Amino acid sequence: MTSASQAMPLPDTTVSLLEVSGLRVHYDGIQALHGVSFSVPRGQIVTLIGANGAGKTSILHAISGLTPYSGRVTFAGHDLHGVPAHRIVGLGIAQVPEGRGIFGNLTVRENLRLATWQRRDRQRIEEDFERVLVRFPRLRERLGQAAGTLSGGEQQMLAVGRALMSRASLLLLDEPSMGMSPILVQEIFAIIQEINREGTTVLLVEQNANMALRIASRAYVLETGRITLAGSGQTLLGDPRVKQAYLGAVLKHHSVPG
Amino acid sequence: MRATLGVFWDRLMEQRWLLPLLVAVGLALAFAIPQFRLVNNYVQLVMILAGINIILATSLNLVNGYMGEFSLAHAGFMAVGAYTSVLLTLHVFPVAAYPGLFHLSVLAGGLVSALLGLLVAIPSFKVRGDYLAIITLAFLMIVKSALENIDVIGGPRGISGIPRLTTLPLVFCWTVALVWLLRNFVYSSFGRGVLAIREDEIASELMSVDTKRVKVLAFMLSAFCAGIAGALFAHLLQFISPRVFDIVKTTEILIMVYLGGIASIGGSIIGATLYTILLEVLRPSTVAGLLSWLPAVVFDPLNEHFIRHLGVLRMIIMPLLLVLVMLYWPRGIMGMRDFRGFIPLRDRLAHRAATPRGPTRNGTADSH
Repeated sequence: MTSASQAMPLPDTTVSLLEVSGLRVHYDGIQALHGVSFSVPRGQIVTLIGANGAGKTSILHAISGLTPYSGRVTFAGHDLHGVPAHRIVGLGIAQVPEGRGIFGNLTVRENLRLATWQRRDRQRIEEDFERVLVRFPRLRERLGQAAGTLSGGEQQMLAVGRALMSRASLLLLDEPSMGMSPILVQEIFAIIQEINREGTTVLLVEQNANMALRIASRAYVLETGRITLAGSGQTLLGDPRVKQAYLGAVLKHHSVPG
Repeated sequence: MRATLGVFWDRLMEQRWLLPLLVAVGLALAFAIPQFRLVNNYVQLVMILAGINIILATSLNLVNGYMGEFSLAHAGFMAVGAYTSVLLTLHVFPVAAYPGLFHLSVLAGGLVSALLGLLVAIPSFKVRGDYLAIITLAFLMIVKSALENIDVIGGPRGISGIPRLTTLPLVFCWTVALVWLLRNFVYSSFGRGVLAIREDEIASELMSVDTKRVKVLAFMLSAFCAGIAGALFAHLLQFISPRVFDIVKTTEILIMVYLGGIASIGGSIIGATLYTILLEVLRPSTVAGLLSWLPAVVFDPLNEHFIRHLGVLRMIIMPLLLVLVMLYWPRGIMGMRDFRGFIPLRDRLAHRAATPRGPTRNGTADSH
């Protein structure tokens, strides 16, 4: 009785949700990305690791429509070229920007509500609001508080919660571990895994290669605007080059006192 | 005692009837004062000026306070509104139809000004902060020198013989209407977008805020109000020239905004009123009058030299006030807060758990 399932092609679980090819970005004549290609399969966590200035944020900004680029970015079959940032959100891509991008003088509630600026479906907005508060109970306690008065960890939760308000199918995270204590980093990464398990695809950009590679099913190493290594998270975790450059393996210049 | 007073004040501010009642009383007074000559013409003039200044301050606060830009163009928008309406009054509309069509010429002043607001909004897509401030300053200078060089409209001599059509009830109505409009804008989802742009423009875009549209609307609304104020001002002064709308005028409006406090409608109303009164109190003749009890042998305040110096001094004291306020009192009287009566009920309720007492920080929730 396999004829029924053969009649209709099964949805390919390995199909890419996001496909980036030949991505180039210039800033005032300086080339930040030299033709970057990678893909993010639906339902997985993919990470881009690299040092400061490697071009990680440029990639996310290009995907989100904040930066002009050449090359192709397709999301669920849509070509994203020329789509302005505030429309990209509606297509299902939410980004947690570098440094969290919290509206410090606005309350937690206002921060969350702003994520639904374009939407008019009140009923579903209420549902999303409730869903985010269930996930982050601490935000509920702080709803009327100015977001700038939250602790660093709470602000990061607000930033993630705010992104989740849009029911995005793809979540872009720009260095969520930046400026966080190790315990908080663990907490944030646990949350990212949870969100992913519930069906959200995640593209994670990180300097904290160790944590990122542990949770990623696929990983890319970015160096000065080019992808230099690609593989599964586990493979890259064991790769000597990655170990040397990003995981703090013993290196000559690390033995300098201080 | 203070606590009881405070509770009483809070209760009072929470009454829903308070604001409509104040407006009704104000409206009655605005009509009664000129009708029954309740106050002398000078006091009436000061009241009209206060109304015009309230329009100017609240509308500039939208761009400089709520949106966090630093626009210097406000006097330029005023000039556009003033010249547009005056030309309509003098050359287009028949004299017989003055009182009725005057409303139309004021409105036209606002609309033309709003169109020019669009011109300033466009560079704001690309630049922010200091650079946008310089662009708005350039806009102000272009408006002024354009007016100076068009001889048909009087060039640097300006236009005189404008009929005095601006009355107290008219200014009162415009002030209430425009403040109401601005307040509704600020608490709409567009207003929340304006606040988000001030906080973090990139994050706003990522949160789906159409920042370009929000900026265009904010600049145009702000310019519209300034144009209306300029039209009313011109038909009060009965004389306009490009010099009336120079950087000094912009500075005056800036003082009102920052004295009253950024991102606050109530603050701008207080700031504008206070500034209008202060300016009158500091008038050379008033100061001289206040000092006239001094024995003339020691010091003669009615001495002509002294009075002339006081006039110059005023032009120094006022900008100095701006510098001092921005340095030592950046929040102003009501910075980032507002009268409860101005905050929509749903936002007030949402906020109560967090702030037990005192004036409420403006806004807490997006429009549902």
